[in-house]
Amino acid sequence: MHQTFDAALGINLLHANQAGADHNRAHFDQWGITCLNLMSSPGAGKTALLEKTLAALNQEIKIAVIEGDMTTELDADRLRQYNVPVIAINTGRSCHLDSKMVAGGMHRLAHDYDPTEFDLVLVENVGNLVCPAEFEVGEHAKVALLSVTEGEDKPLKYPVMFQEADCLLITKTDLAPYVDVDLEQIVANVRQMNPDCVIIPVSAKTGEGLATWFAWLRSYLEQTKAVDRPLSTVH
Amino acid sequence: MHETDMTKALILTVKDWWETQPDRPQISQVYLTVGQFTCVEPVSLQFAFEVQTRNTFLAGAELVIQETPLIAFCHQCQQDYRPEIGIQYACPDCRSPMEDIRSGRELKIERIAYATEEASISQ
Ligand SMILES: Nc1nc2c(ncn2[C@@H]2O[C@H](COP(=O)(O)OP(=O)(O)OP(=O)(O)O)[C@@H](O)[C@H]2O)c(=O)[nH]1
Ligand SMILES: [Mg+2]
Ligand SMILES: [Zn+2]
Repeated sequence: MHQTFDAALGINLLHANQAGADHNRAHFDQWGITCLNLMSSPGAGKTALLEKTLAALNQEIKIAVIEGDMTTELDADRLRQYNVPVIAINTGRSCHLDSKMVAGGMHRLAHDYDPTEFDLVLVENVGNLVCPAEFEVGEHAKVALLSVTEGEDKPLKYPVMFQEADCLLITKTDLAPYVDVDLEQIVANVRQMNPDCVIIPVSAKTGEGLATWFAWLRSYLEQTKAVDRPLSTVH
Repeated sequence: MHETDMTKALILTVKDWWETQPDRPQISQVYLTVGQFTCVEPVSLQFAFEVQTRNTFLAGAELVIQETPLIAFCHQCQQDYRPEIGIQYACPDCRSPMEDIRSGRELKIERIAYATEEASISQ
């Protein structure tokens, strides 16, 4: 005879992923690294932005990249020419990075290099507007990208990512005149659900807005450095 | 496809619990709360759960999903309101942005129902 029992759990469905993300963040903190999670739909310009960022800041800030690409190393190869460590994570058929995958990349970085030498780890997530928003990887801040060619309504249709973003880059502004898009409407739509997000229009092609993005990066690094981080106390 | 990964995460979490149970009980139901302001679609989740639990410790277990609506609180108006997902998130009365989500972000395993062999002994 069987008897049925009930266990009250009340745990987040993503508990296991969340615990992994906290673990990663603790490592980054220990090493004095700030980690940013770059998310967007496929082709919004994450790799192009990384290329410009590495080219401009490589001398000033010690950067490493964790690259989530579904099956290829194409994006990683584009970034390797900037002489920064690029750890490619083959995500297989998974449509987002999770904390376990990033832990693998992070530990590989720590194994191949002295992790305390780095200031910034940029994680390029898999192109997808839906899931990455739910799976934290251990980042300190989320950077979302939305290209002008995707339309003003995307923040309304895929609200979770835009609601969670700390910084939103509206990309490919050089194409705005050709696609009949209303930048102010994009901003207004994002503001409906995220009044505090920093919004920066950029073009990797013309360079428009990149200086503002770099300035945000610098000030964010300063800010996270200043906050309760036991710099180089643990190795 | 998105739900496949979410289901993987769900199974991992349930497995963590199951492995702490000394008698590894047979799980009959998993009760979930899924908010409407998440990336999870309940129907797809059901399907993915059924497929992915075949031949595992969760084989035959039923996934029971309770959906919760998106409800936000407007501090300006001092009242709850229901944003229209996909259309309008700001407060319909004063247009303040949606800042304080009171319900709709849940992705929670509430309860697990299970049977144990030992129960028959203690009867
Ligand atoms: N005109 C214009 N094209 C751009 C800009 N940024 C990126 N692109 C182009 O958009 C396409 C996609 O850019 P990627 O940088 O590969 O986009 P991604 O987000 O990394 O793509 P996935 O990693 O595949 O999701 C490429 O053809 C880029 O050259 C821009 O600012 N202006
Ligand atoms: Mg890319
Ligand atoms: Zn109001």
